[in-house]
Amino acid sequence: MCLGIPGRIEAILDGSPLERSGRVSFGGITREINLAYVPEAAVGDYVIVHVGFAISRVREDEAQQIFRYLEEIGELDQL
Amino acid sequence: MKYLDEYRQRSSIHKLAAQVNDTVTRPWTIMEVCGGQTHAIVKYGLQQLLPAQLQLVHGPGCPVCVTSLEIIDKAIAIAARPEVVFCSFGDMLRVPGSNGDLQSAKAAGADVRAVYSPLHAVRLAEENPDREVVFFAIGFETTAPANAMAAFLARRKRLRNFSLLVSHFLVPPAIESIGSAADSRVQGFLAAGHVCAVMGYEEYLPLASKFRFPIVVTGFEPLDILEGILMCVRQLEQGKHEVQNQYARAVVRSGNMPARSMLEQVFEVATQDWRGVGSIGNSGLQLRSEFAEFDALKKFRPVIAVPETDSGCISGQIMLGHNKPSDCPHFGRECRPEHPLGAPMVSTEGACAAYHRYSRQVSTNEH
Ligand code: SF4
Repeated sequence: MCLGIPGRIEAILDGSPLERSGRVSFGGITREINLAYVPEAAVGDYVIVHVGFAISRVREDEAQQIFRYLEEIGELDQL
Repeated sequence: MKYLDEYRQRSSIHKLAAQVNDTVTRPWTIMEVCGGQTHAIVKYGLQQLLPAQLQLVHGPGCPVCVTSLEIIDKAIAIAARPEVVFCSFGDMLRVPGSNGDLQSAKAAGADVRAVYSPLHAVRLAEENPDREVVFFAIGFETTAPANAMAAFLARRKRLRNFSLLVSHFLVPPAIESIGSAADSRVQGFLAAGHVCAVMGYEEYLPLASKFRFPIVVTGFEPLDILEGILMCVRQLEQGKHEVQNQYARAVVRSGNMPARSMLEQVFEVATQDWRGVGSIGNSGLQLRSEFAEFDALKKFRPVIAVPETDSGCISGQIMLGHNKPSDCPHFGRECRPEHPLGAPMVSTEGACAAYHRYSRQVSTNEH
């Protein structure tokens, strides 16, 4: 229940600000998700979804940080 | 899947685990607060990859596990009413009350339905004006914005046949209570990333300085958890006690402002009873008086017998970090996923269920 998973916004559906929703794809599965708490999120963005609500937009630049770190370790290993 | 698969790659996991191994010089005990993290640690055998000196203990962050016997008994009493459609997240249906669970109430004729989102329950209330729809609003700060929205929309839609049975928990007071325990073994915490996605992490700053332990806001994938552990261990080795954010792709310091302001409008902080742990001041949420008409407890006033508490379950000891599931004499014997004695054996986020499911890893895991 508590497992928030990242999904990609495929389409924004109409709705009042509180009921603003979108079609969000999780791998192959698509669900209608409430987007009221991520007003800045747009089609193509990834959002973290909990119990039918997006609670956070995933920041791509931050997501890359760990892989940059792993690369650095890899380069050190090769020295 | 993007943002999942790349954080589960074996080679990266091993590389990062090696970094932890290189960093640790002394024994340390770190608690991950969230049940989702516990599940990932056991599933991916992360403890096994770490040095024997570094022990992970599993905190109280499984909402199913900490929901009190009393509230489950009340849920069953409300669900049994003929006019009620009782909606709950699926995980809650099999949590044992003092006399059966919601699933058995359903088998006995109660209209109990598993829903994915509280908004489904709101929709059911709109579609069934002649029935009383009750939603079991449980969880931590992660589910609270969804549940708050359900109450808010129900009020705006003037629904008279919708109410919430609220059992909400807050993480920082639990950390405070674990930190204050005289015999606590825990020296550092991994805070739950998604709780912080909602609330931010300012609340953790005073806790880290008061108890002088590092707190690292951490995600849920194996790479996230290992990086969180690495950050925590680096601080411990250097004698630091800061709040750091490993999960910056989803968490900013102030959290999700629209969600926090909705929480503020609908809920207020209250004392909460944690199953297996006891009552902790200011550790829960209840509906504000403006939303009293949506409070299922006020609407139905369920009467229950005083719950019988002693099933021999030591979940409280586990959630405080004193023991691990395999220390429980009932583990895998009287208590199994098909026949849970305590809630941590029910939910996939519960430490006991995770240990049971991945028992092969765990037996080589424990040092
Ligand atoms: S194994 Fe069962 S009885 Fe023991 S602590 Fe876990 S849930 Fe409770």
